[in-house]
Amino acid sequence: MITLENLQKSYGKLQVLNNISAQFNTNQVVSIIGPNGSGKTTMIKCLLGMVIPDSGRILVDGAPVIRQWEYRNKIGYMPQISRFPENMKVRQLFQMMRDIRKTTKPLDEELFGMYNIPAMYEKSLGSLSGGNKQKVSAALACLFDPEILVLDEPTAGLDPLSSEILKTKILKEKSKGKLILISSHIMSEIDEVADDIFCLVDGNFRFYQSIESIKDVTQETRLGKAIAKMMAV
Amino acid sequence: MNKIIKYVLYDILRSRTVIGYTAFLFLMSFGLFNLESDPTKAVLSLLNVVLLIVPLISIIFGTIHFYNSTEFIELLVSQPINRRKIFLSEYLGVALSLAMAFVVGVGVPAMIFNPGPTSIYLVTSGVFLSFIFTSLAFLSSVLTRDKAKGIGIALMLWFYFSLLYDGLVMFILFYFADYPLDNITLGLLSLNPIDLGRVLVLLNVDVSALMGYTGALYKSFFGNWTGIALAFGLMLLWTIVPIYIAQRKFVKKDL
Repeated sequence: MITLENLQKSYGKLQVLNNISAQFNTNQVVSIIGPNGSGKTTMIKCLLGMVIPDSGRILVDGAPVIRQWEYRNKIGYMPQISRFPENMKVRQLFQMMRDIRKTTKPLDEELFGMYNIPAMYEKSLGSLSGGNKQKVSAALACLFDPEILVLDEPTAGLDPLSSEILKTKILKEKSKGKLILISSHIMSEIDEVADDIFCLVDGNFRFYQSIESIKDVTQETRLGKAIAKMMAV
Repeated sequence: MNKIIKYVLYDILRSRTVIGYTAFLFLMSFGLFNLESDPTKAVLSLLNVVLLIVPLISIIFGTIHFYNSTEFIELLVSQPINRRKIFLSEYLGVALSLAMAFVVGVGVPAMIFNPGPTSIYLVTSGVFLSFIFTSLAFLSSVLTRDKAKGIGIALMLWFYFSLLYDGLVMFILFYFADYPLDNITLGLLSLNPIDLGRVLVLLNVDVSALMGYTGALYKSFFGNWTGIALAFGLMLLWTIVPIYIAQRKFVKKDL
């Protein structure tokens, strides 16, 4: 569904992505991990068209997408930090997104209801707490029932109940045959939802394996320890 | 595209800065018209304040708004819509709201106390300056990722156009006073949008006689429709060129 071919990106002298290739398929939850500053966010941003790679190709459903925009109809994105225009109301934000997407598909309002977003409708986005902004973000990402979900540290800042709701939602979407990319640092959470782990270190590809095989190879039952062993090799 | 403009407008028109800016302009215009017995004089005093304040607020507000919208712009970029549209919508949203603030704050009192061509020129110049300096604000915002640097560039631009440029022109005029400079001053004028605005309004008040030979030249040049059309054409260029360069940079930029 998504193919990355030899992606290169540097900011000045700093090589952020070094020859990254990967293939992500439908019905798969991939967790992108790596130490801080390893290029996770840059990779996600390349995929979303926010950062333009120096070289390499990105294919979504077989079509090259760099400098294109129509393909983003297939993607729902939840950013790491959500900051919206201060004085815009929650209702207006959702209206605007609906205007932009012009979708004819039925909307997926599950998270919308679970997080009780209509109760915030008349509040301005500037007055929402960080967690509530994340809920708005998550609901927006899922709203248009996209084939690909990209979540950048989705549960950071969410209360335990809301994270649980989000995790359940992720598994549910996967069972519908979607591709879900999650960047996260919380190993227990990755263990719960992800199938495969894609690891980057300093912009270099480290490994891309299923969680079972990682646990198998390292003879560990806890994913955190297993990953630590993998990284030490 | 206008879908996004609509929501950007909703947001900015409710911001305290823009409400405060409108109120300030309104009170100032109202006050000046009430203090001066001669409305034409009031327009002149107003002109001087407007030429200083409007560019300053437009360029600073535009820059700060752009940097504060970084995450929102990222979110929009992740949606199926091209970058050019996002950028121009943001620009038009900011420029339109500042222009609206100006029309309400200065236009309405001016048209009440001094209806006539002078006020119309004043309002048109102010609206153009709002668009021009927002355009320059967006240009300085895309030049650097650093908010402090961006605001610094914006302030430098304002300083250059409002104060430094006139000094330079004076210097040239003084230094080359022995040469015929009339056409050159006309040319120099078009390199600064604030001066263009000033001359357009001044020529409609009968003070151009005080400006000597150059004033007469301006009068003969800007006194007819071709000259006025040319002046507004130049201001239009001052709006379009910076925002066009900024947009080209933005499309290629890493967010």
